Amino acid sequence: MAETSTPLGGKIVTKPFMVLAALAAMAGLLIIYRYLYGLGAVTNLSDGYPWGIWITYDVLVGTALGCGGYAMAVLVYIFNRWEYHPLVRSAVLTSVFGYTLAAVAIFLDIGRYWNGYNLFLPWHVNFNSVLVEVALCIAAYVLVLWLELTPTVLEGHPQSAKAQTNRDRLERWLPIIVALGILLPTMHQSSLGTLMIIAGHKLSPLWQTQLLPLFFLLSAIIMGYAVTVFESLLSSLAFRRPFETPLLARISGVMAWLVGLYLVLRFGDLAFRGELSLIFQGNLNSLMFLLENYLFLQALLILMSPGRRAHLRWLFVAAGCLLLAGSLYRFNAFLIGYNPGPGWSYFPALPEILITLGIVALELMGYLYFVKRYPVLPQVEHA
Amino acid sequence: MGLSRRDFLKTAVGGGIMLASNLTPAPAAAREPKARLPEAVGILYDATLCIGCKACMTACKEFNHLPPDHSHPGSLWDDPVDLSAKTYNIVKLYKQGTGKHKDQEVDGYSFIRRFCMHCVDPACTSACPVSALTKDPTTGVVRYNKDVCIGCRYCQIACPFNIPKFQWDTAFPQIKKCQLCDHRLIRGGYAACCEFCPNGASLFGPVQELRKEAQRRLALPPGSTAAFPLHRVDSGEFLYKTVARYQSYVYGEKDGGGSQVIILAGVPYTHLGLPTLPDESGASSSETLMHTLYKGMIGPYVLLGGLFYLVYTNTSKKDLP
Repeated sequence: MAETSTPLGGKIVTKPFMVLAALAAMAGLLIIYRYLYGLGAVTNLSDGYPWGIWITYDVLVGTALGCGGYAMAVLVYIFNRWEYHPLVRSAVLTSVFGYTLAAVAIFLDIGRYWNGYNLFLPWHVNFNSVLVEVALCIAAYVLVLWLELTPTVLEGHPQSAKAQTNRDRLERWLPIIVALGILLPTMHQSSLGTLMIIAGHKLSPLWQTQLLPLFFLLSAIIMGYAVTVFESLLSSLAFRRPFETPLLARISGVMAWLVGLYLVLRFGDLAFRGELSLIFQGNLNSLMFLLENYLFLQALLILMSPGRRAHLRWLFVAAGCLLLAGSLYRFNAFLIGYNPGPGWSYFPALPEILITLGIVALELMGYLYFVKRYPVLPQVEHA
Repeated sequence: MGLSRRDFLKTAVGGGIMLASNLTPAPAAAREPKARLPEAVGILYDATLCIGCKACMTACKEFNHLPPDHSHPGSLWDDPVDLSAKTYNIVKLYKQGTGKHKDQEVDGYSFIRRFCMHCVDPACTSACPVSALTKDPTTGVVRYNKDVCIGCRYCQIACPFNIPKFQWDTAFPQIKKCQLCDHRLIRGGYAACCEFCPNGASLFGPVQELRKEAQRRLALPPGSTAAFPLHRVDSGEFLYKTVARYQSYVYGEKDGGGSQVIILAGVPYTHLGLPTLPDESGASSSETLMHTLYKGMIGPYVLLGGLFYLVYTNTSKKDLP
């Protein structure tokens, strides 16, 4: 099978694109305000809750949603399942934007950004810090992702001979680029969980465990597959293309195994630490824990049945559940289950939310531009 | 599909082992708990001697050049309700029932001073990605260097006592915290809070001496009169006071790996807002996990090698359906 991808074509500046642009522009103005008057002027962050939605949503959830490229690369290049290859390009594209904008969000969030280069000076870097691993790994992975996207961009200029030679040259490096593209997310997605170990008693025992890195890694991979399914379904709907149903149904089988493994470990860990009773205390923590794991379980129940897996509607619900479940797990482990002591509370401020929305809008605009201009989505075979 | 079940299993098992060897915490490689520095200095705060005069707060503001902290819009004087980027040190009050009796849990009250504990194994220095927070190898003072700090605020997440504070209201913010009057130490002085404490509640000195002094106090019979050193443990100045009924526990001796600020009180420490911490420091459990996963970067390199091999063979095979 000669597998090819084509640009969708069509107008870039459409009505939805303009709405997204307006959201991004508003966020842009608020960002200028943030740099002039400090973080307190646009956020509800405090000394009790120093990390808010920019870290929890933009970085944690954003990069987990950006794990599509990673999850698909594992399936195709490691498990040699080339039948999934048609989905790789669009998965990498979502990853590129998810990760690049997470990096942008980090720059908005850090207070002394002009000192940021110190992270790359070995004599200042503290290799005991989990954050160093996360920061360096994410920085490196953003680079790798753009390299992974480059062949697509070069292919988009077929008339240029130079672009094609460069593309061939780059393809020779593909195995090492892909290997790095699998190693780096394995490292930093798990380390994102390790970040909270040092918070100790401030994080509820429902989430505080030495297995945090494993849970963050597993749920990131699960979210990676879910986002690939979700995105494939949505782009088929939005651009009126045929659905990739059999492929998606088979990925869903992989997801079912992973979600099952995750849940066994998650509850096994709670039982092992003797904290199961915390689940039924009727407070906010236990409710959020129940919601988080209900979503995982609901998705598992759908995905376990091969009949349901073949239905787009059920696939859509299951993928949606998993995306929500993984996101909620991250919010729980970093914000809702985090209690610095009496007297502190946090709910994001409006400008804080608007800036996050603007970042998401920018992400979508980038995606729309790329699928229309460059060969990202698989070519539709006309009957 | 050209992938045989055997190949698939081989890959899955191999990858699984590689991953597992990277992700399972092996306690065998645990990072050694940090020991107390022999020449460390610190503070012994005895809540039973504290009269709540806040002279330490005034002295702290003056010698650290800190602005007044107004807790509400109409306030004229410095009146912080908690530690902040403007307040490194605060005296708080515990009160229960009628609140009549000093250092008594029921129907009593107690003062409590809160400021940086200068931990033996600080979470903040372990968390800081750029070594902006460091522990002095001799005195053990935990210091901040604004010139390298990136403002990520991971120190605030990490600190079990919520000590590092951030300047939220400025475009060029810093982290602010007590540095045990480090700028006075290098000129032969000592912590201003102790120098200006009129009642011997805050006592400066070598941590080893302070720990002995704390044990001496716990051994004194309650109700008797005893000599309590003033300002510094070795000052030679004493006040004669009635010995209170202490909780038979020195907070900071082992809590969270121990600290160079140690506390004595008459009411249970949890009432005074001091967290119940395990003996193992947060820094130690975090670094143990991290160093197990990334020991000498061997795990990541082996994993990278394995991944490269698989990707390379699979791209050349390309088992397309």
